[in-house]
Formats: sequence, structure tokens, C-alpha cells
Amino acid sequence: MTKSKKSNKPIIWGTFAAGGELVSLVTPVLILLTLLAAAGHVPAMLGYANLHAFAAGWFGKLAIFVVLFLSLWSQAHRLRITFYDFGMRADTLVAFGVYLIAAIGSLATVMYLARI
Amino acid sequence: MSRRPYVQEVSRTAWFFKRPRYMRYMAREVTCIFIGIYTLILLVGLARLSESQVDYEAFLAALRQPSSILFHVLALAFSLYNSFTWFNVAPKALPIQIGEEFMPDSVVAGGHYLIWVALSLFILYWAGVFGS
Repeated sequence: MTKSKKSNKPIIWGTFAAGGELVSLVTPVLILLTLLAAAGHVPAMLGYANLHAFAAGWFGKLAIFVVLFLSLWSQAHRLRITFYDFGMRADTLVAFGVYLIAAIGSLATVMYLARI
Repeated sequence: MSRRPYVQEVSRTAWFFKRPRYMRYMAREVTCIFIGIYTLILLVGLARLSESQVDYEAFLAALRQPSSILFHVLALAFSLYNSFTWFNVAPKALPIQIGEEFMPDSVVAGGHYLIWVALSLFILYWAGVFGS
């Protein structure tokens, strides 16, 4: 009998699916909000006082963390596949790079939120 | 084995130019580059927000550069393409079975569009875009 190896696929695929769903639902409207700010019409909620107060509450912290965490990991996973599709065959190196950025980004998110 | 086997040349980097179907696949693939960069911009915004009002307002001012506006317009277009293609395949990825029958594709995809519109409008309202 060969010992069955535990696969890390379910965790990766879980964030991939949940991230795909979340990114599809909220990313366009988030880009629209910062586009308005970029055009000089900063939405009220993106003002410093409002956004800081939102991020200070537990619900705001949770919402910001979920959006950034799932976006980072799902897009890191997609980017890894995109690199392969463009002919880059050093998958281990690419995977290490993109997941490292996602991990650092997740950690940074927690740190920034803790400071607010 | 044949002495002169037929080997079809497949370019490793330009294979997707061969068929419109491959091009559509790649168009969806590259949306992740824009969404990924946008996520990092949000992360920078959060960092500035956690520092001070001056830092955060400098971040908002930096968003007004022409290159930032151009990136936002492109990112918006690519993220919409990403969303619509995701909603359209949702019935295949998330088939909902009720008894013997599967929920019709149009209901699963349509439900996604409906939730997307409602959620987007809610977030715009919450952000104060409609109130002047």
C-alpha cells in the first residue's frame, strides 16, 4: 500500500472559486469608485474621516480583509496560469513568486488594519 | 513509427493568435493582470489610510495622474469582461440540482447578473455617489 499524500488543491481551489466569485461581483464597482476619485470627484465614503471610521469598526475590518485576501490569492493563482499560457515554463519559480506576493499582501493587510 | 512523423509546429508564446476562441480565452486570462495590479493599489491605499490623513490625501492626489486615470479605465473594462464571462459560465461551474432536474442555465446566470447589479448599486449608494 502506498501512503496517500494529502493534497493542497482544495485550499487553493477554494480561494480560487470564492475569490473568482467575489472579484466578479465587487471589483468593477470598486474600480468605478476609485475612478471617480481619480477624476476629482472623491465619493463621500472615500474621504479620510469616513473611510478611517469604517476601517476602525470590526465589520469594516472584516470586509476589507476578505476583499483583499481573496483578491490577492485568486489573482495570484490566475497569474501563475497566465504566465504558463504565455510560454513561461518555470512554474515552480512563478508559483513561488506570485504566492509570496499574496502572502506578504495578506500579512500587510492584517498589519495595516491593526494600526487603524 | 513513421520515418518522417508529422509534427505540427505550435508556438509557445503566440499560439493564441491562431483562433478567435483562443484569443477570447487569452483576453479573459489577461484580466487577472489588471485586477492584480488594482488589488495592489488598494493595498497601498490601505497602507496610506493607516498612516495619516496627509499620507492618505497624497494617495488620493496621486490617483489623479493621467496614467492612473488611463489604468482605471482599462482596468474597469477588463474587470467587466472578467465578470461577464464568469457569470456566463456560472451555470457550468455551479449547477444547481432540484430533485431530478437542473436549474435552467438562464436562471443561474441571470441570478448572478441580478445580484451583481443590486450589489453594485448598493455599494455606490453606500459610498455616497448618489447623494450630492
